[in-house]
Amino acid sequence: MSPPGRDRLGRLRPDPWRRPRFLAVYAWLFVAWSVLPVLVAVLFSFNAGRSRSTWQGFSLRWYLFDPDLSVVHDPTLRGAVLQSLELAVLTMAVATPLGVALALGLARWRGRASQPANLLMLLPLVTPEIVLASGLFLAFVHLYRAVPFGTPAQLLGHVTWSIPYVVVVLRGRLFGLGREYEEAAMDLGAGPLEALRRVLLPLLAPAILAAFLIVFALSIDDFVTSQFLSSGEGTVTIPMLIYGTGRTGENPSLNAVATVMLVLTLGALALAGAALRSFSRRRGTRSSAAGELMRFEL
Amino acid sequence: MRAMPEVLGRRRRRDRGPTGLAALYPRGFWQGLAGPGLLWLVALFLVPFYAIVATATGRVDPIFGTALPEWNPLYWQPDAFGYVFHELAAPDGILRIVFLRTLRYVASAVVLCLVLGYPVAYYMSRLRGRARNTFLLLMVLPFWVSYLMRMLAWVNLLQRDGLVNRVLELTGILEPQRWLEGKSLTVILGLTYGYVPFLILPVFAALDRIDRHVVEAALDLGASPARTFVRVTLPLSRQGVLAGTAIITLPMFGDFYTAQLLGNLQTSMIGSLVNFYLQGSTLGSAQARGAALVVVLAAMVSLLTVYYLLSTARAAREAER
Repeated sequence: MSPPGRDRLGRLRPDPWRRPRFLAVYAWLFVAWSVLPVLVAVLFSFNAGRSRSTWQGFSLRWYLFDPDLSVVHDPTLRGAVLQSLELAVLTMAVATPLGVALALGLARWRGRASQPANLLMLLPLVTPEIVLASGLFLAFVHLYRAVPFGTPAQLLGHVTWSIPYVVVVLRGRLFGLGREYEEAAMDLGAGPLEALRRVLLPLLAPAILAAFLIVFALSIDDFVTSQFLSSGEGTVTIPMLIYGTGRTGENPSLNAVATVMLVLTLGALALAGAALRSFSRRRGTRSSAAGELMRFEL
Repeated sequence: MRAMPEVLGRRRRRDRGPTGLAALYPRGFWQGLAGPGLLWLVALFLVPFYAIVATATGRVDPIFGTALPEWNPLYWQPDAFGYVFHELAAPDGILRIVFLRTLRYVASAVVLCLVLGYPVAYYMSRLRGRARNTFLLLMVLPFWVSYLMRMLAWVNLLQRDGLVNRVLELTGILEPQRWLEGKSLTVILGLTYGYVPFLILPVFAALDRIDRHVVEAALDLGASPARTFVRVTLPLSRQGVLAGTAIITLPMFGDFYTAQLLGNLQTSMIGSLVNFYLQGSTLGSAQARGAALVVVLAAMVSLLTVYYLLSTARAAREAER
């Protein structure tokens, strides 16, 4: 047997944890492949001409200045931005409180029914969205006929798959917190609701803020649910517009709309990351925003 | 611990519960908090799922031609399922053609995702400090760029006069192609591009958990680096590979937008048919067939789902410990 650190012939083995150079080249090529196409799409939204592949100079024509075709002036494009924003804000406002309460309940509730409840919470996360959206579509057609297609149906759909995401974000924090704070509050005479309101919720505030923003970003990006529950014109969101006109679009205004969406999502997430980071710093653990968002995604 | 009952009266009361805290909260407090969310999920997730089954097993209204769902299992009609299974079994059935195509696309894309993604995850797990955080951020970014926008980016690049064809022309590697006109390769690459980030992160998480001492032990015992990788690292990352595969396979089976944006009818996937039956037609029979197809699809992926749920439950238990 060869001694530690040497190979079978007794030669000194190179450090197994040295930087893998060949892999590094590959990994950075991979990153380029994954990021560049989107950057090119963003770049061409600033093209002065109609082409989506020949650069004709920089302009904000497709955002602001074209009198008919720009995001600001084309009613279809403007409508899509507004519909996406409206849905995202409403979803955020409804799903986050529901999800926070559900997360609190599930984290502390120990009983026979808590396991099935947990499973019910997780199921929408692992159901292909087309199944979820088909179900909602058929339920609204045949059962909940009072709910009109369009914004109301889309909102109910978005909230349904958002709730589990909120729970997952909150749960990580709740496990980390432990029960000492509540116990202390109650030993000092706080009632259960007071302990919740004055101790637990403030401690969870950054995670709740992060949940708000993550739901916003997910809702902006959603396609299948919005598509299945739309009532046609007036309830078309940005991803639906890309789906409908991506192939036939003849100018970069679609890229401009997509870029608006990108900025909204990434802005929301940067804020979410900052919120989570401030939280972990206060608790004395160092971690990056990316790490936080990634942990949530798992 | 009953030495000082007078002093610790309150604490003693708490000791009776399963946890100290439980007794401080009124009965049903936590259930009450969870209630609204759970009710929402029952009404808008479980009931709609049953609505799919009921529509698939329902009848067609003889006058209006609309679908009449059958809510009572005793009266379920097998017609729509009969149609789906017949079309799946017949050699030239439309469902069979599309279904086999979907399987082919999904399998190819999953294999490509693994081949392309695993080395990246491995590289990331070897990084430390600032470099790792930067790389992680770059890996997480595509998650948050709308899937449709990422496909739109490729539509731009793959147009006939798009950048890809221009580069091909300049370098002369290949003749310029009609990428977007029904090429399977385009759709498979599109799926790979779309889903590979979702695979990398679980694989990375698994690789990151591997104890370095185990790898060093294998090397010290005389295994070559390649053998160490095959016999130690790879088996230890299995959990992540399987979880990642499940995570990307589930949505891929329901995907119809990638094939639609990057291809034409010749490349449509099973999700396109669901979309077509449910959205493209008001006929009751089409709706029932669409619903039956969704049920079949859901049943197929449920095996994967169950596996994935079990493995996340295990991970959650480990995290709680």
